[in-house]
Amino acid sequence: MPGTSRFGRWSMLLWVAPAVLLLVVFVYYPVVENLRLSLFRWNAFSPSETWVGLDNYRDLTLDPVFWSSLFNNIAYAVVSVIFQVGGGLVLAAVLEELVRGRWKGFFRTVYFVPAVLSLTITGLLFQFMYNPQIGLVNGFLGAVGLDSWKHSWLGESATAIWAIIAMSQWQSIGYVMVLFIVAMQRIPRELYEAAYIDGASRPHAFRSITVPLVREMILLATIITISGAFLVFNEVQVMTAGGPNNSSHTLGTWLYKSAFFNDQMGYAAAIAVVIFIITMVASIVQLFLGRGKAVQY
Amino acid sequence: MAGSMERPRYRGGARSSVAASIGRVVVYVVLIVFAVAIIYPLLWMFLNGFKSNAELFGDPWGLPSTWRWENFVKAWNLGVVRYLMNSVFVAAAAVVTTILFSSMAAYSLTRYRIPFAGAITVLLLGGMMLAPTVALIPLFRLLQTLGIFDTYWGLIVLYTAFRIPFTVFLIRAYMVTISREIEDAAIVDGANRWQVFWLVIMPLSRPIIVSAALLQALFSWNEFVFALVFINDTDLKTLPVGLLAMQGRVLSDWPVLFAALTIAAVPMIVLFMAGQRQFIRGLSEGYGKG
Repeated sequence: MPGTSRFGRWSMLLWVAPAVLLLVVFVYYPVVENLRLSLFRWNAFSPSETWVGLDNYRDLTLDPVFWSSLFNNIAYAVVSVIFQVGGGLVLAAVLEELVRGRWKGFFRTVYFVPAVLSLTITGLLFQFMYNPQIGLVNGFLGAVGLDSWKHSWLGESATAIWAIIAMSQWQSIGYVMVLFIVAMQRIPRELYEAAYIDGASRPHAFRSITVPLVREMILLATIITISGAFLVFNEVQVMTAGGPNNSSHTLGTWLYKSAFFNDQMGYAAAIAVVIFIITMVASIVQLFLGRGKAVQY
Repeated sequence: MAGSMERPRYRGGARSSVAASIGRVVVYVVLIVFAVAIIYPLLWMFLNGFKSNAELFGDPWGLPSTWRWENFVKAWNLGVVRYLMNSVFVAAAAVVTTILFSSMAAYSLTRYRIPFAGAITVLLLGGMMLAPTVALIPLFRLLQTLGIFDTYWGLIVLYTAFRIPFTVFLIRAYMVTISREIEDAAIVDGANRWQVFWLVIMPLSRPIIVSAALLQALFSWNEFVFALVFINDTDLKTLPVGLLAMQGRVLSDWPVLFAALTIAAVPMIVLFMAGQRQFIRGLSEGYGKG
């Protein structure tokens, strides 16, 4: 048997060393260091740090942009759970139960395609989609006679974040749908056969067989969608950079702006701590539900 | 019996079979409308790449009057080729290092009784809980201290470090299922650990290695936060950040930007179409077995 000699056992540590070293230096150390940095006031160009205790956190509570960013993240989470988890589940069930042959593969592939594109590509594309002059969104509203619904979607404080969230649903629903399809394909067909013989209708079978048996996946997808919603950065940075008037910031983009434009590094570190706590809680809940099965978005 | 054709029979009666086919038509109409909603913006992006600015503003819905490939050439020369090469290099390097270090770790954790195995496993998998954004500010300093700020290496190292947990998780779950017998036979034949790893375990783990590599390529190709913050040099930018920089450079020549977006979108769509099964296996394994 390999690895039983004393030297052999210890020498196997060399095999995990690169992975462990990279994680400790570039993942664990920075996260801990961030906690420390959030207690100081400092900026990028003068390395001197001034101890300020919890001042950065007090400033957070007084910062309206912090609260609106947090609200935007929450809105992102709620809408995404409804459309991606709810919509993805229904789509998956419809595709699995009602669609046969080539169409099934066709729809599955088409719905998934946006998920492999960079958020910069879809973000810039939707910037044009929402453009008041050439955009298809206003064009469509005009074509169906809803001219009064037209907006400069990304240019108005009231609509900007919602327009970004809508793009995100377009991009990600197929991704979550595919996860549900995989979970559903693990359900034994006999259960459905039995139910139909007993006279169950399709919606009834969906409620009494599909949903309970993919419940674990529903919970996991919900947690992962929520935790992803609190990390949103790319699409907001690309589409509005947090504007207009800081109305569409998320915690991620507000952190970025605070650190690298306003040069309040300590303050940005405090925002990072908030993100850390939220995502950590989500991860712990997820571990609990997954009974030790770790999961990543 | 799994075919849906049989099912209406259980409900009996001509009326309900009419209802069922109406229902089926409605379902297909909804699915097709949704498919169009996905495809149409992408098609619009592609077609707008061929238009002139006047056409784009005059008739945003229409087809281009002529196929202006020169827009694609212009986009290519304005930087897309550079960003594309940077993305290819960074993604390829990150895939190699991530897969190598993760499979080495998974191999030693699943095939040998190494000291502190429990603690090491927790440390490696626990990394999945930590988001890049949370580490952003300390990393800004750390990369400068290490002299890898504004270099390819900075990105490659970070993409590797942040994805090792997930990749170890995927590969480890697979390696556990590989039978020891082939391995033992190789050892009896005089193979050392390194040979067993490369000649026995890695070939047997091929399906999950392919999935993990595809997911890592997708991640590295699309990663944005690190690429935005840790690269200043325009010549080193990867596609997601480079496209954003290009938006400023093309000014109002929007068709060129559409052409650039199309060029940037194609590689991942092709890779996905080619490796769809592996993509989906990786994603679903990553979610645990529901």
